[in-house]
Amino acid sequence: MSIVDSVIGRRKSVIPGFGITLGTTLLWLALIVLIPLAALFVRTAELSLNEFIGVITSRRALRAFELSFGLSFAAALVNLVFGAVVVWTLVRYRFPGRRLFDAIVDIPFALPTAVAGIALTTLYAQNGWIGGLLAPLGVKIAFTPLGIFVALVFIGLPFVVRTVQPVLEDLDEELEEAAASLGAGRWLTVRRVVLPSVVPALLTGFTMAFARAVGEYGSVIFIAGNLPNYSEIAPLLIVIRLQEFHYADATAIAVVMLVAALVFLSLINALQYWSERRTGKRQ
Amino acid sequence: MTALPVTERNDNLAISLTGREPATAAGDGRRAALRPDARTDPPWIRAVAIGSTVAFLGLFIVLPLVSVFTQALAKGATTYIAALHDADTLTAIRLTLVIAAISVATNCVFGLIGAWAIAKFEFRGKNLLITLIEIPFSVSPVIAGLVFVLLFGLQGYFGPWLVAHHVRIIFALPGMALATIFVTFPFIVRELIPLMQQQGTEEEEAALSLGASGLKTFLRVTLPNVKWALLYGVLLCNARAMGEFGAVSVVSGHVRGETNTMPLEIEALYDSYQFVAAFAVASLLALLALVTLVVKAALEARVRED
Repeated sequence: MSIVDSVIGRRKSVIPGFGITLGTTLLWLALIVLIPLAALFVRTAELSLNEFIGVITSRRALRAFELSFGLSFAAALVNLVFGAVVVWTLVRYRFPGRRLFDAIVDIPFALPTAVAGIALTTLYAQNGWIGGLLAPLGVKIAFTPLGIFVALVFIGLPFVVRTVQPVLEDLDEELEEAAASLGAGRWLTVRRVVLPSVVPALLTGFTMAFARAVGEYGSVIFIAGNLPNYSEIAPLLIVIRLQEFHYADATAIAVVMLVAALVFLSLINALQYWSERRTGKRQ
Repeated sequence: MTALPVTERNDNLAISLTGREPATAAGDGRRAALRPDARTDPPWIRAVAIGSTVAFLGLFIVLPLVSVFTQALAKGATTYIAALHDADTLTAIRLTLVIAAISVATNCVFGLIGAWAIAKFEFRGKNLLITLIEIPFSVSPVIAGLVFVLLFGLQGYFGPWLVAHHVRIIFALPGMALATIFVTFPFIVRELIPLMQQQGTEEEEAALSLGASGLKTFLRVTLPNVKWALLYGVLLCNARAMGEFGAVSVVSGHVRGETNTMPLEIEALYDSYQFVAAFAVASLLALLALVTLVVKAALEARVRED
């Protein structure tokens, strides 16, 4: 134990159970998460580099990536802008129903994606409450890429609000008063005093919404119409290739998505670290 | 990726106490008179912001939620109840409950073990370990299902062995439970770690020095201290486990009355144009989501007290 202790730099402690609990945690993490994910890479390594590139740059795969990443970025942008408005309203203003609106922001986290999927499809179909209003204008949402965008806005909605909310609530009010007393107008105060404090949290929320949208499956497949090369997202293409028993194709596309997810995860960690430093929670 | 750790949340009460509302106290009044617009926005901005918030949340959240219940009850209460009494639907509900129970129980045990190791000791690589635990949050649910097909499917690494020994994992309950455990992996442990870190080890050290065993210390000191956070994690884990679609869809055989969970049953009903029945099952899951949010709000207050 002492050699292990010195390697991992553990300090002396009277609390028992370090070896057994850490060992169990590592073993369980390896069995459930790490080994299965490693299997994905090992399986993909069976393809030659040319085969791998061939799969992920096929027209259908490229269109699916373009759709997944492009629409997710657009949806995350909408969530950034409206999330900022929503969080400012919820934190700074008092109006009837504020607590209720605050509470329902979490609905996209709690509502199963299949439920969101069929609800949004029914709303935005040509005969739906919203789709029916837009149909005379010639705007089709359900079963087009626009429908995917709507579903992705829905599922990414809480991220910006919930990451910025604690930062905005903690913001020292005297900073704004000081700025105002020194002659800054309201807009200048918000832009130069409030905004810099919440920028890291805004970006964290944006990245979280983006990452979640890229991998989203359940809410999208109902509303997308799923036409190859038109409204087929990357996660769906993985499922289709798997159902056709084209394991290699499925894993190659999945590896691209997994690497993207790991990049997002590192980015989110870095942004959170920045946010904690900016707001003085970490030195 | 569900809610942020509870400990980072702020008490809404604190806002009204810090005087962010229009100042009324004498001292604040003087300051307000000096600079009336210090922290107040022009009325038109206020109106636009509140209007946009209500419109945005109304359009994207209230309307879909209302439509679930409207569609479910479109043909009246009798049809609604009949749809829920369908044999396949009842099997789907039972399967969902079983899978959720398995994943919650497993993640509970390993969440407590993991949180103990991470929160009560200092060691190198701790942040890396926490990041690894959070990987399932950022991985697409489809990939969560796919990896188990690669391991246990017919063409998977253990496929031939499993066939030879008549063990079914993929397209059966074990595979669906595994995929659900994967996607809910971080839920409980990440609620426990920040709280247990904050509470430190003093109380445990006191119990140990008085002669309590390690297990007794855990059961009598640590566990009661984190019970609300544990319940909070269980709540979120359960909601996700019952609602999981993508991961379970990949490893399920999609046989109605056998390997369909509630979300998969919704898809099957919807795709066969049985809209009322699909929305009836969906309304149960929507109710679960609403109950989860109400209980969550109540628990957040408790966790803050700990």
